[in-house]
Amino acid sequence: MNVLNSFALLANGEALDWNQIPEYSLSDFIRNVSEELELGARMVSFFALPEGSEKRLVAVLALDSSSVLCVSRSQPFSGSFPSLTPKYPEAHLFEREIYEQYGLLPLGHPWLKPVRKNLNVIQDPKNFFSVEGAEIHEVSVGPVHAGVIEPGHFRFQCDGEEVLHLEIALGYQHRGIEEALLGGPHRLSVYQIETIAGDTTIGHSSAYAQALEALAGVQAPLYALWVRAIALELERLANHTGDLGALANDVAFIPTSSACGKIRGDFLNLTALLCGNRFGRGMVRPGFSPIDCEPKRLALLSDRFEQTLRDALQAVGWFWDSASSRARFEQVGSVETSMAAKIGLVGLAARSCGLVRDVRFDHPTGWYRFAQVPLAVWPDGDVFSRAKVRWLEMQHSGEFLKEQFNSPPEPESAEKITRLAPDKLAVSLIEGWRGEICHVALTDSEGRFRRYKVTDPSFHNWMGLALALRNQAISDFPICNKSFNLSYCGFDL
Amino acid sequence: MRFPHEAPPPLPDRHGGSLRLEGSKCPSDCQVCSQLCPTQAISRTCGKPPVLDLGKCLFCGECTRACPSQAILRTGDYRMATRQREDLLLVSPGKEEIRLASALESKMLKMFGRSLKLRQVSAGGCNACEADINVLGTIGWDLGRFGIQYVASPRHADGLLVTGPVSKNMELALKKTYDAVSEPKIVIAVGACAISGGPFANHEQVRSGVDAILPVDLYIPGCPPHPLTILDGLLRLLNRLDKQT
Repeated sequence: MNVLNSFALLANGEALDWNQIPEYSLSDFIRNVSEELELGARMVSFFALPEGSEKRLVAVLALDSSSVLCVSRSQPFSGSFPSLTPKYPEAHLFEREIYEQYGLLPLGHPWLKPVRKNLNVIQDPKNFFSVEGAEIHEVSVGPVHAGVIEPGHFRFQCDGEEVLHLEIALGYQHRGIEEALLGGPHRLSVYQIETIAGDTTIGHSSAYAQALEALAGVQAPLYALWVRAIALELERLANHTGDLGALANDVAFIPTSSACGKIRGDFLNLTALLCGNRFGRGMVRPGFSPIDCEPKRLALLSDRFEQTLRDALQAVGWFWDSASSRARFEQVGSVETSMAAKIGLVGLAARSCGLVRDVRFDHPTGWYRFAQVPLAVWPDGDVFSRAKVRWLEMQHSGEFLKEQFNSPPEPESAEKITRLAPDKLAVSLIEGWRGEICHVALTDSEGRFRRYKVTDPSFHNWMGLALALRNQAISDFPICNKSFNLSYCGFDL
Repeated sequence: MRFPHEAPPPLPDRHGGSLRLEGSKCPSDCQVCSQLCPTQAISRTCGKPPVLDLGKCLFCGECTRACPSQAILRTGDYRMATRQREDLLLVSPGKEEIRLASALESKMLKMFGRSLKLRQVSAGGCNACEADINVLGTIGWDLGRFGIQYVASPRHADGLLVTGPVSKNMELALKKTYDAVSEPKIVIAVGACAISGGPFANHEQVRSGVDAILPVDLYIPGCPPHPLTILDGLLRLLNRLDKQT
């Protein structure tokens, strides 16, 4: 039997009737999901929701090569379910989250700790993996770190300089975003979405807009899609520039670090030229574009962009020309391709391990259906590779934007979305600068959010950083960490 | 950048700067803005003029666009920092705009006026405030020329620069960091979250602002505040601005 029959298929940015989604007994549901993962599907989202006094599980998988997403759900149950993690490690955090949020016990989960709520349990030293031995020492860092950076706790098991194991404990930034979205959309919802991760304002607000448009059955005007694509690529350029500068700083190559710190701000100022805010607050709204970019503004944007891009490529070029700096990135913090696939890495971290995985390419929506950005992939999985992919993406996004500035669609008027269809589920993926952002929205019989599941790319990728540190010198933690530059608040929600 | 000796770089034209509330223009029964405001920064009790709390404001501009009486105006002014929480409340008559921060008292100024070391703590911040704090340290703004520096340890610091609504999961770490700074010390709250909880105010997971647990010496509103607004606040506190700015 074709396993796919046990799933409802949909494309990115589409919605389905809740009752069209096949429902299976718990054991059949788990078996179907396992079989599909076995055949190469990728876990995009996996969560629980309450159903009367019981709960049910919902799985969203991606078949990237066919540009298809598939959804299935279990019948309501209570108690426990067989853990997928031992066989499919990419499920590990989803299952921990399900346990934390709804108390469903994933039987056989190898490392069942809370994710972000119960901090006393999360940070209790007893609950960290520890390596025994007379020569072993433990280094614990955080939650407050030395730089201007968000909080998280890192615990290293070391043999001398060598890190044998790193465990990352988060949750410090938890603000209750998913809970607050229940019963929404509320007046505040879009503002909370914009601050899931401040450096990914456009990514998350675009995912939200796309989900709501699917639920309302509304097609956003081309103009809005064009604005979103421009904003998303500007966000990518600003962050990649900042990250390459920060990486250069950590190996004491100051010219690139100094210049990139400033140029990152220049890219943010281009976003501010469009909407007034350097992070793109107020730039993306469901159903329409609140921003217009009249010809004079577009010409100014285009001129300033070309200059900023030239500056950025020059500043990063200095780094690539410095062989001794470049060598510091090589064969440091490597993640093997097969491991990257197993733990479900997404975005630039995945592409830096040779995985061809990009929502703009695999599941294109919006403006990316009409204009393509070439994929950037590098095979080595080390810090060098993650820097290289950023560098390639800066060039690709730069060329893409120059082309798009020359072809603005006509502005169209469109209405704000006021009503969502009842009892529908929408899946919305956006390739943010870190990687795949997934929003799954389910409405109740009144068209209000019954569940709104947010998955920031960092949720998939923090484990990648932990594995990258294995058998590395602890002194290389800063460059390994910067090379991923994951979000704490995006993970903590 | 020659600021503060010369004019600062202009704010983006769509930024709008601070707000001014001319409550005397408001018809007595109008509730347009208070019903729109996402963070309930605007409140109106029956028969009284409206109150706009810039400590809660995200500067989204919804109210300025919707106001039928043009009572809420964007001033274009980047200066927004205040010493007291109440100084962020706009209400007519007399308090149409915020009351800008005064400098530290003379004893504190003597200690910190030419060298202020700050430990930044993100307590539920989304990384936008943090990014625009960070950018002041880069070559464009060059915060170091004022003797202001972000330091790696509270033991090296004269005060804290706090962002985020103070998630309960960061409450203890924030208190410990504060306790580790030697006396006398200052606390600066940057952004709507740190001042009031911002878009997360009253969530059970947060304390809705730094002053719920620590005494705050300077409030810098915005979501996030523009780097120029943060710099102005710091210089204002240290009495480093020329008289005309």
